[in-house]
Amino acid sequence: MHSSYTILLTLALLCYVIGMAAGFGLIWQASRRTSRLENAALIAGFVAHAAAFVVRGVQSDALPVASLHESLSCFALFLAGCYLWVSLRNRVSILGAFINPLTVIITLWALLIIRPVEPHPPVLKSLWMPLHVLLSFAGHAMLAVTCGLGIMYLLQERLIKRKKVKGLFTRLPSLGKIDQLSYISLSIGFPLLTLGIITGSLWASVAWGAYWSWDPKETWSLITWFLYAALLHGRISVGWRGRRAAVLSIVGFAAIMFTFLGVNLLLTGLHTYGSF
Amino acid sequence: MHIIALGVNHRSAPVEVRECLAFADNAVPAAIEGLRAAAGLHEIMILSTCNRVELYATCADPEATREKLVAGLSGFHNLPAARFADNLYFFRDAEAVRHVFRVAASLDSMVVGEPQILGQLKDAYALAVEHEATGQVLNKFMHRAFSTAKLVRTQTNIAGSAVSVSYAAVELARKIFADLTDKTVMLVGAGEMCELAARHFITHGVRRVLVTNRTHARARDLAAEFDGHAIAFGDFHNQLDRVDILLSSTGSPTYLIRPEHLAPALKKRRYRPIFLIDIAVPRDIDPAANEMDGIFLYDVDDLQGVVAENIDQRLQEAERAEELVALEVDKFTGWLESLKVTPTIKELRRLAAGIAGAEVEKTIAGLGDLSPRQCKKIEAMAGAIVNKLLHAPVTRLKEEAEHGNQVPVEVVRQLFNLKNSGDRNQNPGDHQQRETGSTTPDA
Repeated sequence: MHSSYTILLTLALLCYVIGMAAGFGLIWQASRRTSRLENAALIAGFVAHAAAFVVRGVQSDALPVASLHESLSCFALFLAGCYLWVSLRNRVSILGAFINPLTVIITLWALLIIRPVEPHPPVLKSLWMPLHVLLSFAGHAMLAVTCGLGIMYLLQERLIKRKKVKGLFTRLPSLGKIDQLSYISLSIGFPLLTLGIITGSLWASVAWGAYWSWDPKETWSLITWFLYAALLHGRISVGWRGRRAAVLSIVGFAAIMFTFLGVNLLLTGLHTYGSF
Repeated sequence: MHIIALGVNHRSAPVEVRECLAFADNAVPAAIEGLRAAAGLHEIMILSTCNRVELYATCADPEATREKLVAGLSGFHNLPAARFADNLYFFRDAEAVRHVFRVAASLDSMVVGEPQILGQLKDAYALAVEHEATGQVLNKFMHRAFSTAKLVRTQTNIAGSAVSVSYAAVELARKIFADLTDKTVMLVGAGEMCELAARHFITHGVRRVLVTNRTHARARDLAAEFDGHAIAFGDFHNQLDRVDILLSSTGSPTYLIRPEHLAPALKKRRYRPIFLIDIAVPRDIDPAANEMDGIFLYDVDDLQGVVAENIDQRLQEAERAEELVALEVDKFTGWLESLKVTPTIKELRRLAAGIAGAEVEKTIAGLGDLSPRQCKKIEAMAGAIVNKLLHAPVTRLKEEAEHGNQVPVEVVRQLFNLKNSGDRNQNPGDHQQRETGSTTPDA
């Protein structure tokens, strides 16, 4: 039982690595075959990963997001899914080069700290819990796509401003297109993030008896939320776009990563995972 | 049988000569007929564009045909041969194949990689086909030329990027904006390059054009041409927020557009980017504008730098294309060579089939009462012996011929005493047309 889970997860990692390599290939040279390989590898990885997720869920008889290992794995699954969704819908497979490395790192990390299923602590047993976790991870993954697009935007903008308009310039999408996609992914990611925080607070009220207890993770997620709220507000009411929006989307995602991982590693509070 | 190509192009002949030799579309049929009759040719086609006039033909005696074609050209255009003789180039066999493949692949064009020539070649071929001036060799030759051109286009990046300043501007705009159709172009001042670029933008979907000029009448004229609007020169700074792409080429000695004009425009247009193209010398737009978020400024040197790099890239790609062409030339000349053995193989088969047939007849007559089924069996056996015996030598002959080795052919002819060589190498186009039906099964 335990080994079938490990095998599926390893298989997913393998596919992600192939997809990542293909994505790097697209940076170097445009090729329809490479881009098909990238998509196929990511789809295969996603399917294997989803299967692993289900297996783990059956084993633990709960949504498998209790330990750091399980959380990382779940986040990576959402990352792969969000990337696939955006890339296939908009035919921007080169985006994979900016997102799949993160998917690979997170999946690898999850695999390295893999541990057998443990009984869930009672505090995690609530209806709000799966909602909170799934919404948050979906939001984080979508905002990771926004961040990848931001990096891509800055790169392309730099190439155009420096008049280096051959090679990579021809393979990256137009600035307008990157900016559009960035806006769309932000408009999906931000509500998810918001809902994630709200359901989390509802869960907290059930589990700990208070909606908000200012533990570091909560504080940081609020900071993150304000960053994205500012970005979205700027986009809608002032018309921020381009470089400024790209930089903010990168900063915002850095804050997410700190909230998700940094807080657990550097600070202490209620949100610590079972494995810490 | 030989393939020949004869003609002039933009490098070998000045336009005064090319225009005298050019064929109008409606003159080509008569020219095909005339030249074919004059040189006694079976297959001929004429490619006539503004950069080249070329004749492709198959013939038995290249040198004689060349003279006849030159005379024919001179007669048709009523032009003394001496006027163009020095400008003519003449290729035969592999060289002719290589030349035509290079023409088709746009390696011989004035701007390497520009794809029009392939369409022109296809039209020229269609015209020749229409007038029944092509046979098996020229047909296959042209189809190989087309497929070589396609191969070069797909396998190399030879037509990849813009090689004119105005087109380079369009390509850049397409990397800044997601969609050009809802964009507005403004022309500040009038210049040929600006107009050309504006036209390129319109063909790529831009619908709104604004024009401004110190002379307002000039702006109105130009605006009418583009179905756009003229704007008073004194007012154009206030309209900058409406503009996505601005082309400037005025004679102004100082910067006309500076960051302080652009900042409010950007704010007003909610920071949607503006692409500025400054074609004027001295420049119209302060280069500091390029540092602003959302402003992309290219001056004439920048664009020329882009074009120069693109041309460099095309030339690099052209080197790879030459290798592809060389391979295709080898393949095609191999096929041409293999044509030469076909008559020998035919004769060999005819000889063997004749002997087998005679022997079968004798045997059946000697055996007396045989059922039709038994007769069939004996015939089939004789046929099988002939086929199996000839299979290896025929295959070998073809292989050797494809590599240009004609020795085995001669040996076979001597060994089997094949004499019926009267029309060998004379007119294989004819030959092939008669033979194709029967030669394919043993290929």
